Amino acid sequence: MNLTSKWTISTIREALVTKQMSSRELTKDFYSRIERENPKLNAFLALSPERAYLQADRVDAAIARGEALSPLAGVLIAIKDVLSSTGIPTTCGSKILQNYTPPYDATAVARLESAGAVILGKTNCDEFAMGSSNENSAYGPVRNPVALNRVPGGSSGGSAAVVAAGLAVAALGTDTGGSIRQPGACCGIPALMPTYGRVSRYGLIAFASSLDRIGPLTTNVIDLAAILSVMAGYDPNDATSVSASVPDYASEARMPLPALRIGVPDEYFGDGLDPEVRSKIEAGIALLEKLGCRRVPLRMPHTDYAIATYYIVATAEASSNLARYDGVRYGLRVPGATLTEMYRKTREQGFGPEVKRRIMLGTYALSAGYYDAYYLRAQKVRALIARDFTEGFAKVDAIVTPTAPTPAFKLGERTADPLQMYLADIYTVTGSLAGIPGISVPCGKTKANLPVGLQIFAPHFAESRILQIAHSFEAAGGSSV
Amino acid sequence: MKITRDDVLRVAQLAHLDLSPDEIEMYRGQLDEILTYIGKLEQLDVSNVEPMSQVLPRAGSDIANPSLQQDTELRDDVVGPCNIADAVLAQAPDASKPFFRVPKVIER
Repeated sequence: MNLTSKWTISTIREALVTKQMSSRELTKDFYSRIERENPKLNAFLALSPERAYLQADRVDAAIARGEALSPLAGVLIAIKDVLSSTGIPTTCGSKILQNYTPPYDATAVARLESAGAVILGKTNCDEFAMGSSNENSAYGPVRNPVALNRVPGGSSGGSAAVVAAGLAVAALGTDTGGSIRQPGACCGIPALMPTYGRVSRYGLIAFASSLDRIGPLTTNVIDLAAILSVMAGYDPNDATSVSASVPDYASEARMPLPALRIGVPDEYFGDGLDPEVRSKIEAGIALLEKLGCRRVPLRMPHTDYAIATYYIVATAEASSNLARYDGVRYGLRVPGATLTEMYRKTREQGFGPEVKRRIMLGTYALSAGYYDAYYLRAQKVRALIARDFTEGFAKVDAIVTPTAPTPAFKLGERTADPLQMYLADIYTVTGSLAGIPGISVPCGKTKANLPVGLQIFAPHFAESRILQIAHSFEAAGGSSV
Repeated sequence: MKITRDDVLRVAQLAHLDLSPDEIEMYRGQLDEILTYIGKLEQLDVSNVEPMSQVLPRAGSDIANPSLQQDTELRDDVVGPCNIADAVLAQAPDASKPFFRVPKVIER
């Protein structure tokens, strides 16, 4: 596919300020490109032209009145279909919510729109954000615009694909175990998972509440920063959101890179790592050293337990969160003679195989007689994984790893083996469990021209630092190391 | 770890899933494989570890970047407007204002 798009937050702004194009014209351009290209990708589940043109006209009217432009004025953004949006169907990629239209906006979506963003529509994803390839969507898989026979990663596969294909300037994704960073890596674009609590989860349809985060995917690191500044901050509707002040992340990302200590943990370079990915990550680390950073070897001894821990914690929370889909209040109802029969038929027909698998795993881990052996033990190991990071950050300013062990794999390659699919998240789930921020930034391509992602972790609320490192890396040619 | 057919049926009942015979066999094998993998957590001695019960470290706790730590907020406990019953009921598969209708639950 033709992947070039000149549109970023700043070029949109320039076009509007110089009256080269109106917000309405820009919006129209994006919709015609979507109409042309999306059938190849299956990346959008719903489009919202009415709402988009209404917003574009507001932006154009503000320009006509000579008002200062709001930070995201006219920026075309796509939203992962697990985030609620008034009047736009929100399915979570599931049949059980096929006809659901939320009566309210997620805080993140509302804040983007208040800052002038134009919402194009909702992007395809793995059902209830459970998956690493986007093949678990009830509405068919998304194709990777970089190589159409390959997966875009998951679960925010549609969000990554539309940005990589130039069908949106930015997209929101959600990340529970790697679902923003891994598709960002697979599609060759920067992608950010903020600190837990940095962005309100109000209106995010829950998968695993202690892990779920909302973050952006864009074509460049400065755009990630600009969108984070708009979304971040305390929200009375999410008791886990925090009131830490929100800096101008884009300005901070542009600051000259100081001589940082970059931790490189051995455990992220083990047997499962593809040799080509390894050599690109090594080249990326060499580039960071050239930029003045110092490489520090690190041990994070509990890394190898992260997938096992994650698949207990996340599925336990999911089994509880997804209990609400019972055919009573919203979504699909399959009639039954009794209430229980209605519940059972509705859930059997409404949920896909991966969602059922995880509900059962989580239900098992929480059930009488197994709680101590599974859930309690996993929460203890989670504390050990978090401690690995705390101890690591006493020695280094940031930790650098591959985002994923392999480049984007072929469609269908791993669908028969759930455990193999889970291992795609082996390097991302650690940061999810610890609650820290992580970013994936393009770090060269394999011989087959598939993008590789470099992941950078920093302590809680140190988003500025990873954005700064990622921006310097990108500016120094990181995407073609 | 050996997950039996009865285990799958017990869990499916708890989770309100009406599995087909094929699904029961498929999930038995897959859950068995996944739980065997998860069994590696038993290798660790966690007898002196407190389970993680909160994602963010509490303010003042011993972590790398104490200046950046914030406790989550407690909002004031006040009554606010919540006039959304119509919008909520409009999404229901079977509503009879102000109720959701379901099959009969209580026999008299």
